Amino acid sequence: MSRREELEAVIELCRAAAEGEIDPFTVDVDYVLSVIRKHYGEAESIEELCLDASALKGLALVLERQSRWIRHQSTTLYRDPFLLTRRLMEMDVRAIAEAFMKSWHPIIELEQATADTLINALKYWEGLLPLEERLKDLEVEERGVEPLSREEAEALGIIAPGGFEEALREMWRDLRERGSVDYWDWIGCESYEETLRRAFLTSYLVSYGYAALEMDRYGEHLILKPLERPGEQEGEKRSLPVLIDEEEWERWRRERMGEN
Amino acid sequence: MAKRAYGRKLKQAVHLLFFKHHRLPGVRGWELRRALGPEWLDVLEVLDSRLKPLDLEVRRVFEETGEDRPEEARYYITLRGGVEQRTAKTLGWRIDDIAGLAVAVAYIAARGGKAPRSDVERALGEKLPGWRVRANLERYIEEGYLEDEEGILTLGWRGRAEIDVDSLLERIMRSKASGEKLAEEGG
Repeated sequence: MSRREELEAVIELCRAAAEGEIDPFTVDVDYVLSVIRKHYGEAESIEELCLDASALKGLALVLERQSRWIRHQSTTLYRDPFLLTRRLMEMDVRAIAEAFMKSWHPIIELEQATADTLINALKYWEGLLPLEERLKDLEVEERGVEPLSREEAEALGIIAPGGFEEALREMWRDLRERGSVDYWDWIGCESYEETLRRAFLTSYLVSYGYAALEMDRYGEHLILKPLERPGEQEGEKRSLPVLIDEEEWERWRRERMGEN
Repeated sequence: MAKRAYGRKLKQAVHLLFFKHHRLPGVRGWELRRALGPEWLDVLEVLDSRLKPLDLEVRRVFEETGEDRPEEARYYITLRGGVEQRTAKTLGWRIDDIAGLAVAVAYIAARGGKAPRSDVERALGEKLPGWRVRANLERYIEEGYLEDEEGILTLGWRGRAEIDVDSLLERIMRSKASGEKLAEEGG
């Protein structure tokens, strides 16, 4: 094993223990120290020095976790309800309050408006029509009732060109050709309006069982999977709200431009 | 360049942690990770060291017993040290309000994290008048220090975030009773 590999293995072991993936007491501290000591002073670049530092930091975190566990276990001795009640009875109010205040760490929080929220609020205020104009009666022109043709409804954006079902079928075909895809990469388009249209249609694809939407544990990634037969996915169905706001769309677009 | 990016992340972490974004204060680990990127724990560590001289700290609180994944914890900015009696007064707490809270928390903690409300009331009633016991318990619940679920009291979100229960129990058990103190002082 090279120096780098050995140190990386040690760092990974310490990381797993520090993050609770493994019991911190399974880490052989002497072994980790011997690896660090063996390679200490061999570093020839900043990157290698950082590797040494990371290994030391990882070991420190493991020790911290071990000590936290021991401290917690030792205080279970103090958890005898009978002894504690007796002790509380013996103490006066001031002594109890003093003990509490030394173990009390109040939360610091602020509720003030920030400069950003003030700027946004001002922008909103500027764009807001005066109440007089907003409450003005709508000017209505009386017209006879006439049927709307498909072309006219399409031109007004009331129905999707070619019909809603055709648009859904087209989208399903496209999705099956592409296979599983990141949700934002699927709905995202050059214009926000088109992105919204695709998100709207996609929600029907999922609701009707033509595709499945899966989210990772932390809600960071949504994956859209095509289903060969509608409703073939088993398991409990649940509602999954996805916010498609302009800011989120802008972020996706910037990231995509950064990639290209 | 990297230094500047780190500085920006620190600022972002300050905004997230100091300002209230949800109904309750504090930010979930996964929210911080999403906002600060994969180095979010390092950013919090740097922020914590910057807050140290101000007697503040970044505090990690796991909401469920046995949970120890950093992403699942809630993070707060809290006072690093304890509270002085003078400060407690300005926070609107009387000394017997504080002592009452200490007794309730210790009582619950010593009984595995939950206790019947009537038992806690009885314990508080040893040193406080009945009307005050009820009023105080309501206040502790309203402020999030305790939770009452069908007559069973547990620690509330604020209690878990602000009170170091292990340290409280240790201090109570190690504290000298008034009689012992007087004897020592007399001797």
